[in-house]
Amino acid sequence: METEEQGLLLEFPLEHYRFETAGEASSKIKQVVRQLGVNAQTARRISVCAYEAELNAIIHAYGGRMRVKVFSDRTELEVTDEGPGIPDIEAAMREGFSTAPDNIREMGFGAGMGLPNMARSADEFQIKSSKEKGTWIQMLVRY
Amino acid sequence: MDSDAGSLLKVGASAEKYFHSVRLLPERCIGCVSCARHCPTEAIRVRSGKARITESRCIDCGECIRFCPNHAKTAVTDSLEDLKNFQYNIALAAPSLYAQFEKNISVPSILAGLLKLGFDKVVEVARGAEIASAALDEYLKRKDIKRPVISSACPASVRLILVKFPELIEYLSPVDAPVEIAARIARAEAVRDTGRAPCEIGVWFITPCPAKMTAILEPIGVEKSELTGTISMISIYGELLKAVSTTAKAVPGHLASSEGVGWAVAGGEAAGLSDTKVLVAHGIHNVSNVLEQVAIGKLNDVDFIECLSCAGGCIGGPLTAINRFVAENILKQRLKEMRASEAEGCAELIDEEQISQALRPKAPIEPRPALKLDDDIRVAMQKIEMIDDMQKRLPGLDCGSCGSPTCRALAEDIVQGTASETDCVFRLREMVRTLAEEMVNLSAKLPPSLTHESMNKESVGPVSLKRTVNEDKKWIGG
Repeated sequence: METEEQGLLLEFPLEHYRFETAGEASSKIKQVVRQLGVNAQTARRISVCAYEAELNAIIHAYGGRMRVKVFSDRTELEVTDEGPGIPDIEAAMREGFSTAPDNIREMGFGAGMGLPNMARSADEFQIKSSKEKGTWIQMLVRY
Repeated sequence: MDSDAGSLLKVGASAEKYFHSVRLLPERCIGCVSCARHCPTEAIRVRSGKARITESRCIDCGECIRFCPNHAKTAVTDSLEDLKNFQYNIALAAPSLYAQFEKNISVPSILAGLLKLGFDKVVEVARGAEIASAALDEYLKRKDIKRPVISSACPASVRLILVKFPELIEYLSPVDAPVEIAARIARAEAVRDTGRAPCEIGVWFITPCPAKMTAILEPIGVEKSELTGTISMISIYGELLKAVSTTAKAVPGHLASSEGVGWAVAGGEAAGLSDTKVLVAHGIHNVSNVLEQVAIGKLNDVDFIECLSCAGGCIGGPLTAINRFVAENILKQRLKEMRASEAEGCAELIDEEQISQALRPKAPIEPRPALKLDDDIRVAMQKIEMIDDMQKRLPGLDCGSCGSPTCRALAEDIVQGTASETDCVFRLREMVRTLAEEMVNLSAKLPPSLTHESMNKESVGPVSLKRTVNEDKKWIGG
């Protein structure tokens, strides 16, 4: 018989241009995994994934949410947004490629490192995007 | 060590595991939560009317000493009495000490004042800082190191990393702290000059902060400190003030440069570096903030971050005597004069041997697992859920009346079994109200026999209750 796997579910709404909330979700996630005893380097990778995803949604999307499932051996992060979508994912995955508007860059964001940082920090990284609909990102980090 | 150290409150099951200079004087503590609310690692809880320090979380920054209105927090350091145990005693004068005296009192006269207090020799820590700057410059040239390099000169900041940011341990600079370098040189010179054994020589740091005391008894990265002990700056300030004002005689020997003395103020360490991108964070909450940014990878293009636990730098240390802004003003004026008199390009060459000594490989630094809720990750998960549920029941005012610094911290303490839900005055009031309502309801209930009878007459239950309440009021009023 299959028993349901024990885990924690954390959910965070992400709102367009609400920069004052940037970093809140990722630091909460980091605190949780640290309290579980996940080693420092792994906790750091999880929080980088969360932070970049959080920021991407705030900058580019009209709204979205992050669902984080924390298990005893891994953390899964799923970010769904309603936004313009990413027209060229391959280009977006290149370091330094950014579609962030100037006003965002002036704030020190939008350096074009978001997706590459996520892909580098996660053990598994999947992205799907459709124009004018939105973007879906799933990341997995093993302990 | 101070004779009253024995009476200080040591708390926690792990009391023996870590040494801490910061202690509580229980007779002065009135059980307010000022210290708990200012603690950067949430290490303090007020229990049974006294502030208790969780040893595994304390980083000896001394914020609690600074904020306690009753001066119930103290730092255990050594005293001048301890000099008796050694044949020959050396005082290490921190540059922050020069900021404790008016500018017209010269550095040589401050150093001479220390001799009057019973030391045989005085050495400037600023000399060690000059070597540390050169060593750091050398280290930053390396291509194989993780950037940004984080300064390890402030022992409280280093401990903050161990407790809160263990992922950043590998970013710490391996360079010895200036005071360690100065102590090593001073002891070696004393052995050479006096012919005494190293163990007969006491090397004492006149310290502006408690974390330095902890760093000696429990060094991080090095096996054993070069120092014998520390003497709190504020504890000898009165005597030293008398000694310096009557002394004009200069101490023979070369004096440290403005580069070394500048380390006493925030930015001084970074200023000694050539051609590097630096950031300076001072004040322990700012240090925590900048480390947070390093952790999420936002400061990868910075070469070096100077982290100082005290606002303003070491001159703002909790064991200094003078207000930090007054001290900063004095030190800056001293530095200005020093720079004016220092001829261009004739700075003393620093011994290569000293640089490589300061950079020698260090022991690996172990993180402190102060946050982990349970050894079993499944149990820890359950605890997180329980903490979240509990937090929702608490008012979220972070008033601290319960003795925990925040509602979240109380929720954690309840789940970890060190506090109870009734510790929250708001929860307690709610519980009392619920109980009172229940009592009122119960008092209205009558045995079935009586209920049956009364139903035959008139409904008396609720009415009789009202009457009781009214009568009560009358009675209270009368």
